[in-house]
Amino acid sequence: MSYTQRLMMSLSLVGLLALVSAAADWPAFRGKDGSAITPEADLPVKWGKEEGLRYKVPLPGRGLSNPVIAAGRVYVTACSGYRHRRLHVLCFDETTGKKVWERQFEATGNTACHPTTNMAAPTPVTDGEAVYALFATGDLIALDRSGVLLWYRSLVGDYPDITNQVGMASSPTLAGDVLLVPMENAGDSFTAGIDKKTGVNFWRSKRTRETTWCSPVVVRQGDKTAVLFQTRSEATLVEPQTGKVLWKKAASELEADLSAIQSPAVGDGLVVLSAGELIALKPDLQGGEPKELWRGAPGGAGYASPVLHAGRVYRLSQVALLCFDAATGKELWRERITGPFDGSPVIAGNRLYAVNNKGRTTVIELGDKKGSVLARNDIDDTIQATPAIANGCIYLRSDKYLYCIGPKK
Amino acid sequence: MKGYLAAASVLVIAVSLLTAQEAGDTRSLIERIQKVGREGKGNVEAAKAWKLLVAQGPTAIEPILTAMRDDDLTVVNWLRPAFEAIAESALEQNQLSAETLEKIVANTKNAGIARRAAYEWLVKLDDSTPSRLLPGMLLDPSPDLRREAVNRFIDQAAKATDKKEAQELYRKALTGAADPEQVEKIADALGKLGDKVDLAKHFGVISDWYLVTPFDHRDGIGWNKAYPPEQRVDVTATYVGKNGKQASWLAHKTSDPRGLVDLNKIFGPLKGTIAYACAFIESPETRVAYLRVSSINGLKVFLNGKEVFAREEYHHGMPIDQYTIRVTLNQGVNTLLLKVCQNEQTEKWAQEWKFQARLCDFVGSAVPFKTVPAPKGGK
Repeated sequence: MSYTQRLMMSLSLVGLLALVSAAADWPAFRGKDGSAITPEADLPVKWGKEEGLRYKVPLPGRGLSNPVIAAGRVYVTACSGYRHRRLHVLCFDETTGKKVWERQFEATGNTACHPTTNMAAPTPVTDGEAVYALFATGDLIALDRSGVLLWYRSLVGDYPDITNQVGMASSPTLAGDVLLVPMENAGDSFTAGIDKKTGVNFWRSKRTRETTWCSPVVVRQGDKTAVLFQTRSEATLVEPQTGKVLWKKAASELEADLSAIQSPAVGDGLVVLSAGELIALKPDLQGGEPKELWRGAPGGAGYASPVLHAGRVYRLSQVALLCFDAATGKELWRERITGPFDGSPVIAGNRLYAVNNKGRTTVIELGDKKGSVLARNDIDDTIQATPAIANGCIYLRSDKYLYCIGPKK
Repeated sequence: MKGYLAAASVLVIAVSLLTAQEAGDTRSLIERIQKVGREGKGNVEAAKAWKLLVAQGPTAIEPILTAMRDDDLTVVNWLRPAFEAIAESALEQNQLSAETLEKIVANTKNAGIARRAAYEWLVKLDDSTPSRLLPGMLLDPSPDLRREAVNRFIDQAAKATDKKEAQELYRKALTGAADPEQVEKIADALGKLGDKVDLAKHFGVISDWYLVTPFDHRDGIGWNKAYPPEQRVDVTATYVGKNGKQASWLAHKTSDPRGLVDLNKIFGPLKGTIAYACAFIESPETRVAYLRVSSINGLKVFLNGKEVFAREEYHHGMPIDQYTIRVTLNQGVNTLLLKVCQNEQTEKWAQEWKFQARLCDFVGSAVPFKTVPAPKGGK
């Protein structure tokens, strides 16, 4: 081995040691486990179109996916070109915003969709060592942090009857070495657990043929981990490694119209399902029946998913933030804010960030009896993605730019 | 610099950890990637080959790009990022060869996707590339390159101050335009200049149909049921349809420039019902063609008695060219049969029952054909 090779090997090993995903990373849709919460506090409160930005970098195309951040990298997906047929996975340096690499792919599935969405609607997921990007076309890509292609799958090539021409948007998640892929659709409908190292199925479970936009969330209880999928017709908790159903609640059994859009909220030992009103369940990861604690908390509307945080449940309507008691579902307060919202709210410390479609972020201090608007920050850009928060910065992605809001370095 | 170091370290590791025997030559590495199968079969082997391929550096660019095929996008999606990984690093080190890239772009036998990728990296090296190459790409076999060439003429026409010059430029753009959005933009501009475009002819729209309904599709039962028209097309035949209603073929010609056939307007708003649409397509030669069809309903397509497409999805939109089906047209008369399935959804937005179809080449330009009356005796 030459000197150069040894040097490069050493540099790489040093790099690998730094890959432990930190608590302040934002690895998936709505952050770690899909909770929409970061333990970080003292995030930026005020910014503007040009003020308060660490960087603003151009993107090659549209996307509803949120940036994911881990181990010094920011990953973003986008789509461009005629009928969104070009798919992009981009990697930026977290500190500087400099593009580290970009990989492009051709859509293998149908790109027909409602004009409000696009092929980069699902958010990728990262474990710090690699990023796993699913597109609405059923193209599933694994790249390591250096841009090395680990594996690629055309799910539509594998299962040609996959179809959702409104446009798929459910995001994959990770549980250990298993990549959980939600592919509930109007044709060959399924969920799958895929080996993140090889891209080969651990398991694939048929699901009801119905369009769904909910994303799965990771539920943890002691040393047990499970993944909760929600569709219009059922909520299903599965064991990630095997796909074994731990419990399943049909909408008919719940006597509720489960949402096919808003994802479940997870936290405080609870899961909350959206069904017009909310249904709070205490899950049992040993396979026992979940206990229904309450149902209520009406008023959430549109695409934004609820958030569970510190004994409270928060929902966005198109005109207000609503706060409910997580123990009872009783409304505690509401604060008027300006929508409409395509993305979901996220919480850092005791502040909630809600970004509307016109690029206005309302920052709200969460109190026991009321919410206080700390700032309304306008960047005058179309934003449909949920914000991401990592290591002291807030990330917004529009159709054209990735914004990193935070102190310059 | 960090990006370069990261990429370089990956290449070095890839080379150092694998023996020369494992590495093989460029061609065999590409072949290992081309063996990827369904459900991740061959991924592990392909991933190893991918690293080795990238480690070969700029010399692998030409073999990678020339190995791509437009009809095998799975392999394209393995090879393209390999090209990008090499090109990214080579560009930083001033080792990316414009000559190699231009050679790939110039050879129209290469896959359109590969040529387009080479073109984009060539532009990074030489910003005169569009003005040098695009004027000659108006009839290019790569849809992406052609689209850009057409756009260039549209832009020039829009800027022209002289009406005659604008008209000539739009007409020239139209010779290459294949995408409906571009064609209609040009037709609209020409229309304002007093020059009418026969859109249906330009698109290769199938306008003349024989239609028959109602066949039962309550509870979705008709999707897998082969009603008589699927067994034999005879437009003189009469069938017993849904609820015992008589079903006879009706000749219908659409005057819609996109070829839209609105079944609700012809038969009324029938729910839980299937209609068949048949066209007799005379082709001057045996050839590959691309049938571009759309329907907001469940749709099956049969050509010369063989099912060539099926998609059971309802009321999720209907863009023109929604589905592209590669077919072989026989010389002479071909029987095209569409099965258009309306479900029983009651929502206001779920009432449409319609389809459209056109016959094109790979790029989307009309192929030579004409619709003819039904042959006697059925087919």
